[in-house]
Formats: sequence, C-alpha cells, structure tokens
Amino acid sequence: MSTDNVWILGTHMTKFGRHPGSDLIDLASQSAMGALKDAAVTIHDMEVLGCGSLFNAQAGVGQQLQKQIGQTGIPVYNVANACATGATALRTVYLTIKAGEADMGLAVGVEQMGKGGLLGAGGMGDRARKVYEPKGRYGSVMQVEGLLGTGLMPGVFAQAGMEYAYENGGVGFEQFAKVAEKNHAHSTLNPLAHYQKQFTLDEIMGADMMSYPNTLLMCCPNTDGSAAAVLVSEEKLRTLSREQQERAVKISASVLTTDPWTERSSVQPDVNTLTRNAAKKAYDISGVDPKDLDLVELHDCFATAELIHYDNLGLCDPGTAGEWIDKRGPWRDGEIPVNVSGGLISKGHPIGATGLANIYEVATHLRGEAGDRQIPDAKVGLTHVIGLGSACGVHILEKSAL
Amino acid sequence: MTKQVAIVDYFVIDNGPAHLEAWEAVDSGALFFDRRNADAASGGTEFKRKQLSDTGVVRSFTIVQRGVPGVPVPYISALVDLDGGGCVKTNISNCPPDPEHVKLGMRVKLTTFIAGTDDDGTEAVAFAFEPAN
Repeated sequence: MSTDNVWILGTHMTKFGRHPGSDLIDLASQSAMGALKDAAVTIHDMEVLGCGSLFNAQAGVGQQLQKQIGQTGIPVYNVANACATGATALRTVYLTIKAGEADMGLAVGVEQMGKGGLLGAGGMGDRARKVYEPKGRYGSVMQVEGLLGTGLMPGVFAQAGMEYAYENGGVGFEQFAKVAEKNHAHSTLNPLAHYQKQFTLDEIMGADMMSYPNTLLMCCPNTDGSAAAVLVSEEKLRTLSREQQERAVKISASVLTTDPWTERSSVQPDVNTLTRNAAKKAYDISGVDPKDLDLVELHDCFATAELIHYDNLGLCDPGTAGEWIDKRGPWRDGEIPVNVSGGLISKGHPIGATGLANIYEVATHLRGEAGDRQIPDAKVGLTHVIGLGSACGVHILEKSAL
Repeated sequence: MTKQVAIVDYFVIDNGPAHLEAWEAVDSGALFFDRRNADAASGGTEFKRKQLSDTGVVRSFTIVQRGVPGVPVPYISALVDLDGGGCVKTNISNCPPDPEHVKLGMRVKLTTFIAGTDDDGTEAVAFAFEPAN
C-alpha cells in the first residue's frame, strides 16, 4: 500500500433539518458541489466517488448524483454500513487513493428521514390469520418487542449507558442529562444544526421520558441532510495552489472496525469494544495521544451513548466518565471539547451523512474557519461514528503544516 | 387443556419446569440463544444445549415509556446476568416501573406469563424476571 498521505481538500455540509422541498439527490448535489467548490476543483478532477445512504442503499444514489452533477464515467461505490455509512464512504475514497488508483476523489453521505419515528423495532408484520408458528433463528411465534425487553434505539442505548453505570460509580440520570445540556448549548453557535436552542438541566430531565434515562431532549432527531468531502493524495496536493495546500487537512488515521465477539454481545450490542479497538488503532497509526486532541466529534445518538464514549475513546481516565462531565471536561471551554457542533442530539442525525458531517466539523475548526464556534488554535481532532450491527469509524485529522 | 407454545424456542416449557436454554459452543463455551451456523467466538461448528439458571442479577435496565403500537407502556427492559453463566434480555415484571424500584444489581428470578392467544386458541407462553424477594 502507498505510504503517501491522504488529505481533505474540500468539504461542505447542508443545513441539517427538514427539507420537504428537496429530494435526496438535491441534498447530495448541494453538499457534493459545495465540497468541490470549497476544494477549488471540478467533478472532472474526480477519479472515484464514494456515496453513502443507508435507507436508499439499493437506489444507486451515487449514479443518480452523477446524473445531476457530472457523468464522467468514474467508478462509484454505493455503501451502506449502518450509522458508519458516511465514514465508510469517506474511507472507500481514502483506500482508493492509498492504493494508488486515484489522486482525487469525492465522498458524499446523504439521508432524508422526515419524521421517521422510533427506529429499531423490526419484527414481524401482521398476518391475515394469527397462528403461532415458530419463525426465524429464535423460533419466535410473535413480535417480541416490549415482551422480552426492548430493541428500540432509545432503550438499547439507555441499557448501554446503564451498563456503564453498573460497572462504574458516579454515573446516573443527571450525568447523562448533562451531556444533552452541553450539546444543546453548543448547537446555539452552529447555524447548520437542526436545532439551536439551549435548555436547562431541569428542562432536559423534565422532558418527556422516552426510555429511562433518555428523555426526548437526550435523543437525536431524525433529520434530512448531506455532507461531502474531496480527498487528494499528498503527491497531487503538492502540485496545487498555496491556498489549497494551506487549507488542506491531513487524515492522520482512518480506521474501520466491527464488533468482535464478546460475552453478552448477542443479547445487547456491545458498542464499547469496537470503539476501543478503533480508537487504539487510530492513536497508534497517527501517533496522536488523546490528550493532544483539540476537539472531538463523537457519536452521541443518545446522551447515554456519548458518556460511555468518553471512556471508550480515552478522553477521560478509565471509569471516570461521570466525573468528567460533572467537571465540564467535554464542554467547549473544557479539557477536550466534545461535539461543539451540537452533536447528533441537536445538530441532527441524517444517518448516511453523519460520518461526513463530523469530518466537515473537525476540518472546519482545523482550518480556523468555524466562525463563532471556532475552537481557538485547533490543530488535531478526532471523529467517531458507530452503527449497530455493528460498525465503527474513527478518523484523526490534523491541521496542514504544508 | 389449552394448547401452549413458547414465545421463542430458547424458552423451554415442555420439559420440566419452564426454563431458558442456550446453544453452547463446544470449543469456546460461548452461549447463543439463536441458531448459529458456526460459533462467532471460535469458528467451531459443534454446539450442545445448555440449561440456564432461573435466577440472576440486573446488570442494566431501561424503562420504556415510548414503545411500539400495541405494547402497553411503561415497561422495564433489562439485561440479566444469570447465575452460572449467560445473559438474557427480558422484561422485569411485578416491579413498579420507576427508578426507585428497579435497581442495578437487583436479584431477580424467572416467571412466566401468557403473551397472547392465536386464532386456534393456542397460548404463547413468555418469560419475564421479577424481584427475587
């Protein structure tokens, strides 16, 4: 494999929110063309396209996008990898450049979710005549959601957080709620966030309970949106303009993991081990220590999830995630700012776009272009996404020294 | 007598007292409730049935207030570490669904309930766990 570094040359994201007047391809076009413009290149410079969209995984979204922004005949990889879909699209382009097949490529993530309701119930549809016959690998005679525990997302991630509380002290409803207090506060500085409204801790804890301890304000909304990035090889980058080189952001590590077998993982998804494995590998590859990080965008699909990832990503000492939020470690003026974009909880979570929106956020800070929410003098950042099934993407980005 | 069927095949109601059973991978000892092509831990293909305990400890829980249509809320969903090995996802019954009553580390024991009756009059028997004392 090539040892040449891969860089982000341009990036863009749409406003996250509800876009009933746009279709999926409008959103993808907007972020793709925005990223190309930001990179000061054109679709004709692209040699590969990675396109992530989870709910339209069979629709050939990449080719549909080409029809709108440029049919140049380059290879397209349409990818779906749960909530790591956007990160996987990015990594597909990254790998193609690493392999020496392309000098430049475009990664796009997009999702249009509308008001999708609760995700994760699955199960069996209604049958015309109700006859109990064992079906599937568990021999179920009926839908078991709510009868044998829950598989709904707010509950699954509540259980993940409560499992951390069981094994570590100093974690309870209030600590989880503080995560949402922080992310809603951060989002007030991000004009691209779905919501930009601050809430008090009391308002968050007093909001409608979805699945204890996650109240409505501790759950990410279903959101429409898209984000994109143009990647370039270092060799190619060195032939581009001074400004392009100075604004480029280095990908110091790109890691994708799945969940290895662990004792309880067939009963409750283990979102920890694959995150820990990805983080360790990313730190090893990049030589970056967690203490070096100036900002982190991590996968706060629920407040209970963000808290446990402080520990999984090594942002706090082992077992101290509760204390860390209590002492405001992850606030934008804290030890390591986490989710200064507002996170999934307030920025929103258009599934296919999320992994690239995190890249957009960190890259924008490293370029010093984040406006009111700029983390001063940011040089190194980390992005993290995890999708159940499971897949985890971790990227470490560094400010250009070119 | 009313015909009965277990809600899932890892809950055994026709061989002594109702109990949970898992597939145990012979190579690794890994436990699975569902049918497996091979062991996700070791890759081995030999499995045997293992009866699991009807008592254990709540290692995590959530109280679901917003669920799917047709399932009454609130209910407690929990992960229970079973005595002697295995972990099961289950509802906690006979316990008020609030964080003052359901506790991490709480001891629980297996109980059964009728989850529904089909058009032939067959009852689906399900399991839950309830506080042990």
